[in-house]
Amino acid sequence: MSTTTDATQVEATVYKSLETFGAEPTAIKREATFEELDVDSLDLAELSQIVEDEYGVKFNSSDVENLKTVGDAVDFIVQRA
Amino acid sequence: MKEVVITGVGAITPLGVGADTLFDRWRAGEVGIADGEAPCASFDPLEFFTRKEARRSDRFTQFALAAAQEAIAQSGWADDAAYEPGRIGCVLGTGIGGLGTLEAGFGVLKDEGPDKVSPLAVPLMMGNAGSAAIAMAHELRGPVFGVVSACAAGANAIATAVRMVQTGDADAVVAGGSEAALTPLARAAFAALDATSTSGVCRPFDARRDGFIMGEGAGVLVLEDAEKARARGAQILATVRGVGQSSDAHHLTAPRADGAGAAAAIESALADAGIGAADVDYVNAHGTSTPLNDRSETVAIKLALGEHANEIPVSSTKSSIGHLLGAAGAVEAIATIASLRQGVVAPTLGLEQPDEGLDLDFVPGLARPLPATNGRKPIAISNSFGFGGHNAVLVLEAA
Repeated sequence: MSTTTDATQVEATVYKSLETFGAEPTAIKREATFEELDVDSLDLAELSQIVEDEYGVKFNSSDVENLKTVGDAVDFIVQRA
Repeated sequence: MKEVVITGVGAITPLGVGADTLFDRWRAGEVGIADGEAPCASFDPLEFFTRKEARRSDRFTQFALAAAQEAIAQSGWADDAAYEPGRIGCVLGTGIGGLGTLEAGFGVLKDEGPDKVSPLAVPLMMGNAGSAAIAMAHELRGPVFGVVSACAAGANAIATAVRMVQTGDADAVVAGGSEAALTPLARAAFAALDATSTSGVCRPFDARRDGFIMGEGAGVLVLEDAEKARARGAQILATVRGVGQSSDAHHLTAPRADGAGAAAAIESALADAGIGAADVDYVNAHGTSTPLNDRSETVAIKLALGEHANEIPVSSTKSSIGHLLGAAGAVEAIATIASLRQGVVAPTLGLEQPDEGLDLDFVPGLARPLPATNGRKPIAISNSFGFGGHNAVLVLEAA
């Protein structure tokens, strides 16, 4: 993925994935923590697979420890893509 | 030895959702088989689970969770746990586990490559997933694990739970079996073994029987230390008087023709119950509708019960719901309890032309009253036998 990776696009991918995992759609926002959304390590492993496919970015388990909010994950992907 | 009682039952079967549905429809002669299979067509996971829960569970786990929910509600500890969480266990049998998940995962591996295989594949397919999910849903922190013994798994799970309570490892155990193997691989593999029916008809003990009808579903029971169940004022449905377990140590799929392994399990169950053959009022047979099982089981019942075998009804739940594999033993234990409580023997459906030598009273066609017991509580045995030569027999007594 080039430097043109768009934060809005990444955000849309992350939001859609979280919704698929079962998070409440209206609760999904940048400030929401994964804990609040009941998104756990297995969900993040699935998310990692999705964003690797779309943006070539993979989270490893130490990255996941630092990702507390939806915004953290979006920023992480945008920065690495 | 401590007395172990059953205070709740739950079932998801091809006859519908609920333990009452199972027995009410079977005794009425209804059949949950269509096009040679017995699916749980009326089961809708979203009636029981959130989207997340549904994604996190294979179909066999979903059946187990739904059946456990019914059983635990009936036992009266759905809202207010009856025991310390650490004193409640869960033992769930399955023949295969999350086969649908395995097959879907393998499809992804082949078609899209290893990087696309879901991280959920292993936690969904593992055979212990059902017991783990029930433990998480109901906060059961005692001994929790799965048991695997093909079509005897549900009965082996109940037997294991009984011992767990008797030895004091737990005060209560949620136990049963679950299976969801109506998948392309299982269909092809059982057909290759010539184990499943080509006619699509289940008719145990009939001369024309040609194999089992594969079904799916789950049966879950709540077993408790009788003294503690009574102390908390629980409604007691039945007592597990005894359990008997043995192995044929003979062949990977075929039972011993002389019925000795199965008979040993029946004899051991009666000894454990402290009763004799003459005390058995009804036999809920394994009765698969395969040529081999129905013959060897008939021999085994005669061997274990002697002359008394000719005097009591013997019927097969599978004639109504097909073969639920690892769930069969638990679902059939639930049907047996209903039979004892209602005083009704449900029939062996589809049996019209008795096979030579298969001459017990197999209750063809129509339900009938359980034989009179002169005021004594009626007792039944429920037989389960699995590929690999696993034999498990439960002795159940009406409460």
